[in-house]
Amino acid sequence: MPTLYHHSLFGAALLLTLTFFVAPTMASQDGARLYNRHCAACHGSEGTGGVGVPLALPDFLDAVDDDFLRKTIRLGRPGRVMPAFRLLNDAEVDTLIKYIRRWAQAGASAPTIERSAVKGDTEHGAKLYAQYCASCHGLHGEGGHGTGVTFSRPRDLPVLAPALNNPGFLAAASDAMIKTTLMRGRQGTPMQSFLKQGLKEQDIDDLVAYVRTFKHESLPDPVQSVADEPAVIVRTSPYDMDRTVERLKEAIGGANMRLIRTESFDQTFSEEGKENKHHIVIDSCDFNFLNQALKIDPRVGLFLPCRFTLDERDGKVSVSTINPKRLSAIFNNTELNRLCDKMYHVYEGILEEATF
Amino acid sequence: MKHRTLRLVFLPWLATLLLALPVRADELLMVRAERPFTDAIGDLQIAIQDHGYQVARIQRVDVGLASGGYTTAEYRLVFFGKPEEMRDMEEHYPELLPYLPLKIVIFAEGNSTLALAYNPAILQTFFKIDALQPRFRHWENDIREILDQFAAQ
Repeated sequence: MPTLYHHSLFGAALLLTLTFFVAPTMASQDGARLYNRHCAACHGSEGTGGVGVPLALPDFLDAVDDDFLRKTIRLGRPGRVMPAFRLLNDAEVDTLIKYIRRWAQAGASAPTIERSAVKGDTEHGAKLYAQYCASCHGLHGEGGHGTGVTFSRPRDLPVLAPALNNPGFLAAASDAMIKTTLMRGRQGTPMQSFLKQGLKEQDIDDLVAYVRTFKHESLPDPVQSVADEPAVIVRTSPYDMDRTVERLKEAIGGANMRLIRTESFDQTFSEEGKENKHHIVIDSCDFNFLNQALKIDPRVGLFLPCRFTLDERDGKVSVSTINPKRLSAIFNNTELNRLCDKMYHVYEGILEEATF
Repeated sequence: MKHRTLRLVFLPWLATLLLALPVRADELLMVRAERPFTDAIGDLQIAIQDHGYQVARIQRVDVGLASGGYTTAEYRLVFFGKPEEMRDMEEHYPELLPYLPLKIVIFAEGNSTLALAYNPAILQTFFKIDALQPRFRHWENDIREILDQFAAQ
């Protein structure tokens, strides 16, 4: 007959089993779940990159400590696509970091990186930066342009040069981390070791000191500056529906946009002949502009098609479009904001011309 | 007395605090399916239909780009909605029509396929129509489920 001793022994064995086998498996599953939900779409299921940078680079994981990853997840890269994940709790962030660390070299643990400042000559660093770094990272550390693999760069070039002037990067990266990257380079990316290119350690310190000065650079307009924009652009037409449709088509053609279709809003949801003729949509596209936009951000399909919606109510006709500046705010992409500003003016011009 | 103070002071303060919290970070919903576009596009349509929506149109953006001489991978827009909901929006909230019907962007990335939508909850931020909040919320839930089903297949 089992005694209390046997029960205790069994309980202890069960606890040990859970601790050593089940708990890590659950943590790993949790990591996979969190990674798939929040990271995989951009960084790839196996961390090989895509819209986002690759994470499964042993050189990268050897050079960054958990604090860098933690701050990167928390702060994101304002205006550079990577969002700030403020709603994840600390345990979830740590679980994600552990999951990402699986891609480090076998047996490698998270590096401990010094937090002390590197001292260097910023003037000399500026000269070296212009000579060695600016062609990829931009004259003011603004980073490479665009994002996405399929549209803006070939698949064998896995990473766009990071924006070194980005407040998210500057907060996350320690001087030692930047120095390590400069000294070792990063295998699998165009970033080469600067020691192998003939620089001395003091030169690298000067470069690090110069990169730190980017925190004083004036940054591109913050993404939030467009968050107060109205969601739609609307104009009232002095003409009836048919005439407004005609004028709108002419204005679209005048803006060098291709007319795709004109139909009732509910065309595909209603029986033939029962469509509501008081709501008409005109779809169009400027494929040249779209091609440029896709290079900047492959997610811009959410702005498509360039649609003008006509609403006839009590004999009055109004024409509206989405406001691309407002929608752009959710993309966290400063380059895209600039394009959307252009698009806003194109839309506004078309609406003005059609309703003048 | 204490309970009355709690009701009069604490609860309004709590409500104000909750309303003042920043909007959710996930304004863009995006998933990756580890299969080629040609398989994935059909799965997306099935996932949409499984959730009671009607696919209204598939716009072949890649075909338009290619006809303009631009090189591109597969890139489509899938428009969808529930006819009765779309008719109701048309009748009562025409100011929202530029953002309707609902849509999911789907495009190839090598052997993977990405699908994304904006979170319909942003429409509440954009238009501030309290009566529509439950609808935006159920659209959000449905789109999350559609994308999850699409990614998991």
